Amino acid sequence: MDIAVETKALRRVYRSRRQEVVALDGIDLQVRRGERFGVLGPNGAGKTTLIKILVTLLLPSSGEAFVDGLDVIRQFREVRHRIAMVSGGENVGFGMLKVREQLWMFSQFYGMPSAQVRRHIAELLERLGLSEAADRRVSALSSGMRQKMNLIRGLITNPRILFLDEPTVALDVGAARDVRDEVRRWMAEDPSRTVILTTHYMMEADELCDRVAIVNRGRIVAQGTPAELKQQVQQDAIVDLQLSPGNRLLDALRAVDGVAAASVSEQDGIDRFSLHLSSDAALSGVMRVVEGSGRQIRGVQKREPTLEDAFVKLVGRGMAEEEQA
Amino acid sequence: MNHPSAIRIFFKTIVARAYPRFVGSHRNLTWLVTETLLPLIGTIAMIYVYRALHAPARYLGFVVLGGVLLAFWQNVIWSMATQFFWDRGGGNLELFAMAPTSLAAILLGMALGGVYMSLTRSAAVLLVASTLFGIGYSTASLLPALGIFVLTVCALYCLGMVLASLFLFYQREAWQLADALQEPIYFLSGFYFPVRSLGAVVGGLGSLIPLTLGLDAIRQLVLPGTPQFVPLAWEVVAIVVQIVAYGVLSQVSLRYLELQSRQDARLILRST
Repeated sequence: MDIAVETKALRRVYRSRRQEVVALDGIDLQVRRGERFGVLGPNGAGKTTLIKILVTLLLPSSGEAFVDGLDVIRQFREVRHRIAMVSGGENVGFGMLKVREQLWMFSQFYGMPSAQVRRHIAELLERLGLSEAADRRVSALSSGMRQKMNLIRGLITNPRILFLDEPTVALDVGAARDVRDEVRRWMAEDPSRTVILTTHYMMEADELCDRVAIVNRGRIVAQGTPAELKQQVQQDAIVDLQLSPGNRLLDALRAVDGVAAASVSEQDGIDRFSLHLSSDAALSGVMRVVEGSGRQIRGVQKREPTLEDAFVKLVGRGMAEEEQA
Repeated sequence: MNHPSAIRIFFKTIVARAYPRFVGSHRNLTWLVTETLLPLIGTIAMIYVYRALHAPARYLGFVVLGGVLLAFWQNVIWSMATQFFWDRGGGNLELFAMAPTSLAAILLGMALGGVYMSLTRSAAVLLVASTLFGIGYSTASLLPALGIFVLTVCALYCLGMVLASLFLFYQREAWQLADALQEPIYFLSGFYFPVRSLGAVVGGLGSLIPLTLGLDAIRQLVLPGTPQFVPLAWEVVAIVVQIVAYGVLSQVSLRYLELQSRQDARLILRST
């Protein structure tokens, strides 16, 4: 098996005078060449720390990591020729430069031939619908255009492994779709290319990734294809319950017989509960608790499981709750 | 895997990193006011102080030449040494550090880009102040003076790279220190008076900054009658030694402190 990225018992601890934070706690990972691999988890799970170690910006406290077969600790200079990273919400570069100038500038840090890179930039700008903005100053770009430009920056140096750290965060639906489409197209061009994507958008990972690892509190809690992970909750009935606001209800719902897991998020003034029921019969117990609470039911819906449901089942609570914990 | 040679990447990086500064200076012309007119006012103010004291004419020349080299010192400190601090905040440092280039090349690119503005500022101070106050220079030693000027600027930028590595590691604390040391360094370098006035010990301490010796040497050459701090030849040798010493030290410290910064998460904007 051809491995693009491998980590062994990778651990990273941030130490300050006041506290010690374990960001990664023994990560074992293997990403095959040609894969689109997702690292999923709530904010603070350790995803970005993992990426920063793999792109040689950070040293692990212990353990090993290899990128394209090279040790990121000892062979970091060689690793840097083979990788690129694009992060979401990036505001890098120089606002007074034009888009094509900024892209050229970053390519020169990799020693790319100018004439060749200018042609490549023009092609990529065209493909991502940015041709008209090529001579616009970077400071005048919208966030969606800026992120497309950042993606081009990651692609023009022809990396073997592309790291995408929350690449579609804060983008509108159209811009996020364009970014995902370009990643797919770039991968299709050369089957030896590999993408490692961190995201807390489960839908994105489900749509884009061949395999995913779910990370929580610095540990991998599950790995597999999106279908395999969703399989873990396949036997459960997933019910979305929308209720008017009111007293805390989550613990009471979790205590109902037949409720395997539950999470809640608030949206537009409505509490949206996601319940994993081991059988449909558990729904009657849920309804009794809801009636007793005095809350009004705004909607009930049974649906297919998602990766978010797999996360809830594995961790015991939703991503939003984990971020607040 | 084939990839461009380190030397090719090094030179391409210098040109590329200088580019935003060249372009920026043409696209935003406010620097013409902030980088030429305002420093000129400071220099002229010092000239009036000497004139009010009825100081010899060459003292006006001391001030002008001090103003010329001050531009390069400020460029080294605020547009080169501290730049990694700002680059880190904006996210650029991560991209510079994870590219297969060297931080030294990035710094040299910043310096090259900044030299253009510093030269403009220096020329404005030299031409306008000298013309306004009728300051004369010995033209016979102009070429050697120019040579010493180039050596001094080289030594200064090598020192700038050493300072940049410290800024990379100590960040805000280093920035505050540079700010606090600004006036003492102006004093120790003898920007507005011959460094000999400070005496051997204080002047010797100030000579750790290449400006001190460079400025004194240039004054000795183009302003006859300048009180000699140390013989000219010694000053030239000392500047060359500083180029080598600061050059080597900068490479060692950049590599060491880059490693330490990877260890201590100082290259990244932390977010788990």
